[in-house]
Amino acid sequence: MNCASIALVTLSALLAARGVTAQTSTSAAAAERGKQVYDKWCTPCHGSGEGKPGTISAQALYKGSKPAVLAERTDLTAAGIKTAVRSGVYIMPRFRKTEVSDAELDAIVAYLTRTPR
Amino acid sequence: MARPLPPGVSRPDFSQALSQFASVVGKEWVFSSDEDVDLYRDSYSPFWHEDEERIPAAAVAPDRVEQVQQIVRIAGKYKIPLWTISTGKNLGYGGSAPNITGSVVLDLKRMNRILEVNEKNHYALVEPGVSYFDLYRHIQEKRLKLWIDPPDPGWGSLIGNALERGGGYTPMRDHFDAHCGMEVVLANGDVVRTGMGALPNAKTWQQYKYGFGPYLDGMFSQSNFGVVTKMGFWLLPEPEAYFSGTVSVPKHDDIHALVDGLAHVLNSGVVQGTTSVLNTASFGPPDPELARIRVGSSTGDLERYLAQKGLGYWTVDLPFYGPAKVIAAQWEYAKERFAAIPGVQFRDGAIYRFPLNESDLAKIPNPVPLGIPSLTTFAIGGPFSQGHMWFSPIIPMTGDAVIEATKVFEQVYKDLGNPAGALPGLPIWSFFARAFVIIYFFPVEHDIERNRRSREIFRRLVKVAADHGWGEYRTHTAFMDDIASAYSYNNRALWRLHETLKDALDPNGILAPGKNGVWPRRLRKANA
Repeated sequence: MNCASIALVTLSALLAARGVTAQTSTSAAAAERGKQVYDKWCTPCHGSGEGKPGTISAQALYKGSKPAVLAERTDLTAAGIKTAVRSGVYIMPRFRKTEVSDAELDAIVAYLTRTPR
Repeated sequence: MARPLPPGVSRPDFSQALSQFASVVGKEWVFSSDEDVDLYRDSYSPFWHEDEERIPAAAVAPDRVEQVQQIVRIAGKYKIPLWTISTGKNLGYGGSAPNITGSVVLDLKRMNRILEVNEKNHYALVEPGVSYFDLYRHIQEKRLKLWIDPPDPGWGSLIGNALERGGGYTPMRDHFDAHCGMEVVLANGDVVRTGMGALPNAKTWQQYKYGFGPYLDGMFSQSNFGVVTKMGFWLLPEPEAYFSGTVSVPKHDDIHALVDGLAHVLNSGVVQGTTSVLNTASFGPPDPELARIRVGSSTGDLERYLAQKGLGYWTVDLPFYGPAKVIAAQWEYAKERFAAIPGVQFRDGAIYRFPLNESDLAKIPNPVPLGIPSLTTFAIGGPFSQGHMWFSPIIPMTGDAVIEATKVFEQVYKDLGNPAGALPGLPIWSFFARAFVIIYFFPVEHDIERNRRSREIFRRLVKVAADHGWGEYRTHTAFMDDIASAYSYNNRALWRLHETLKDALDPNGILAPGKNGVWPRRLRKANA
């Protein structure tokens, strides 16, 4: 590999790294935005502590095999989250777009599927 | 499934109307695709997977009053029924779904401005999309010494809940009674402000309810005479403390003295929050022996069993709000009122002082009586519940009525083939002054036959209640005509008056046709 090739590879690596960093930063911002939306709309049912119906349901359903607090789950998918919000699950009703917009739903997905934890 | 059309409206006219709605609110706020409109279906519909489910044709979401005016004018031109929702979370009563298929849902969720919160005179002025959570967070962020009075589901709208005449727990628990001043868009697009709001530049719109002349606010509750776009609410100054004491009596027949005492402490203002009278045997953890005694043994056996367990036959919780010294004196006075009942027991609950710290707050299972919105109530049907609805008759605040209503409603269940004791426990509430409301939980399931059975029992309960002089205070859209028809004094004189008003104010019959059994002339024959 000549000097020019080495420089090209190095440049590519740097660009890739910067791309990853930018992507990570974007994802982190989306996840942070998602946390705000999640805290407003989801935490009253799916948070920790007493009297959270979504958490109570998850405890009964998974019996400890998965975290009952939704934000602690690492196996959630974008499709599953969107279906739950737009179609409802058990006692959880559908959420309209005047409540949770598509962009806000994407942000919730970014938060619940964020990596690393 | 093709999207339904509004009744009597052609597809080209409906398309025209949707285009005109879009020109008012923007294309993104007119929902007409299946994917978007299905979000407005009732998540707890008792008609799940049945043709009777009421399906909207579309939805339109304005963000200010001028847009609401334009929308009602367009709807009037094409005779399109509009079903107004605030936050759309009236779950158990129809959710965000309309009363008739083919309605356009007028979704006011985007009108979510908290216009004023006054800490010195303890009131707020809000738009329909403001939820109890929203106003609570606003007050907390601003560190205001004010309490709201949430109902059990905190995501509801202050305006929507008050207009449905919902109840909470604190001294401001009658939500319609706690309102002060409205802004209403009429079916012709005119904007009316009630009370002092009729005075240009009024300085007391949220401080004096009545204004001058006829007081009309009540006609905009549980009705279809206008679209309420602003409402004022009186708030509670943050109390110094909260305390709940429990009164427990050992005998079945003690209910009479217990309720007499309760009526006295409530009506004299010693107790100012919502109380609940519980039949102890209906609550608590599963107890097979208790279940056996309830079904097959005498009242005396049940009294003896409960006494052995250290439980009373009936209990009532008395909540107190205010200065700690005053609360202590009120509790002492209340105990004196019940002291003559042989075997009565009193139990002190926790006392909370405000503001609460995070540690105290985290330990409270249900913060709603402390003015803190929550969704805890949605655990009521168990972890896999698929929905619910409520049968909620108003009965007199007497021991006789409690006994009679319990027997009568249990008999309905038995007559319809349900085993004794299948009726859910009956907390008997004082959400409103002077009368009790019993709130029956009806599960809604993804099972057509079971839902049909529930509807049959529900309709039978409505009929039997009416025969005994008890009427419901509120209901699911599925039963509005059933209940309205029970309020039939003098050949339906009150509903004939409602219809006269409806025809005068909304001659095109566009605002929520059939809401609470009030039908516009053009749809009256088919539905009344």
